[in-house]
Amino acid sequence: MNDLITVFVTDLEGTRHEIQAPTGMGLNLMEAMKANGLPVKATCGGMAMCATCQCYLESDHELPEQSDDELDMLDQAFFVKDNSRLGCQIHITDEIDGIILRLAPEA
Amino acid sequence: MNVIFARDIEDMIETDIIIIGAGPCGLFTVFEAGLIKLRCHLIDSLPQPGGQLAEIYPKKPIYDVPGFPSILAGELVDNLIEQGAPFKPGFTLGERAEEIEKTDDEQFIVTTNRGTKHKAPIIAIAGGLGCFEPRKPELDRLTDFEDKGVDYIIKDPEKFRDKKVVIAGGGDSALDWTNFLADVASEVTLVHRRTKFRGALDSVEKVEELSSAGKIDLITNAEVKSLHGDDSLSGVTIYDKVNDNEVRKDCDYFIPLFGLSPKLGPLKEWGLDLNKESISVDTLDYSTNVPGIYAIGDINDYEGKLRLILCGFHEATLMVQSAYKRIHPDKNLVLKYTTVSGVNAFE
Repeated sequence: MNDLITVFVTDLEGTRHEIQAPTGMGLNLMEAMKANGLPVKATCGGMAMCATCQCYLESDHELPEQSDDELDMLDQAFFVKDNSRLGCQIHITDEIDGIILRLAPEA
Repeated sequence: MNVIFARDIEDMIETDIIIIGAGPCGLFTVFEAGLIKLRCHLIDSLPQPGGQLAEIYPKKPIYDVPGFPSILAGELVDNLIEQGAPFKPGFTLGERAEEIEKTDDEQFIVTTNRGTKHKAPIIAIAGGLGCFEPRKPELDRLTDFEDKGVDYIIKDPEKFRDKKVVIAGGGDSALDWTNFLADVASEVTLVHRRTKFRGALDSVEKVEELSSAGKIDLITNAEVKSLHGDDSLSGVTIYDKVNDNEVRKDCDYFIPLFGLSPKLGPLKEWGLDLNKESISVDTLDYSTNVPGIYAIGDINDYEGKLRLILCGFHEATLMVQSAYKRIHPDKNLVLKYTTVSGVNAFE
């Protein structure tokens, strides 16, 4: 039985969406956002090779450190801020329950 | 769609199926079409075949291609090219399919952005995510200076001989061109947002050597913030994030190299039924609303669509059968197995 966590995502129009995502299924935030109809392009499918799932972390959740792949990709992306993350590199786990994100403009 | 007279067109590539997009799906179409004696010509905006497999992730393993427990994306592309080679496909690479017109003899003319014309009774759009286009940084007046000092792709390095060039980016193309232009341009500045580079190690080392030797100006932890010039570019302002100061630098060219990203591009204008950024098709044969035009692979959309390479292969296989019936309405097509008939290469 999978547990559900809640993720808050503000889209580019400023509307906040509350989505539920199951832990234990190996999903990442990009996939959860896509599955809930949010306009995340995810061009590369989750390989940290584009930045179309870039979002800004707006809560104080402690996330696992960024991999070199993620840092390298963000380095090439636009609209990058200190709190930028790639949604595809953040796994849905209990630790991120209640996380607040804002989608970045298309990178 | 305009109707044009076939007799008015000269210098044209003629084939049975024009495939727009030379990714895995387009490449496999060549094989399946070849088995039923249809010729293909592929058009792709990238300079090499393979689509996103070649452009985005050539070194990534793919695990769900039937019969291959694991295969690198680049190897799959090589295999697909080899598999289609007996059927002698034509390629128009580095050109974007721009316009589709219909002729009075029920054929299509596809013209690229460079004016190359192709004629066929069938078009298969295997456009994947769209056309790969350079990613442009958000800078005021950037588009005003395009072709007047701002370039995103280097076609002819001689253009930069004895000129002052500022390159921005930290990937392979930024590093490679910095290294190359160091011997060509009078002055090369590489601006990168971090201190670490994403590119191949030997390119990184070479850039660092050139910088130590004073042959290039390497500015890290910095970004180009604004562009200057009247009619054409005359300089840029570089913002140094660590010291929080700005430096103005005179230059003839600014070359932002931030990779490519797919854009739907001209196909929006082709009169096809779209669902968001995908082409709606009939799953019977992956035909679009325009008779004779099909869409296969990641670019199409139907109920239950899965964007997988293996699904694209299936779509390509069914699509060419329908194309055959359209080209030869009086002939019966009998399914032949390659185990029985082999692969009869074209002369």
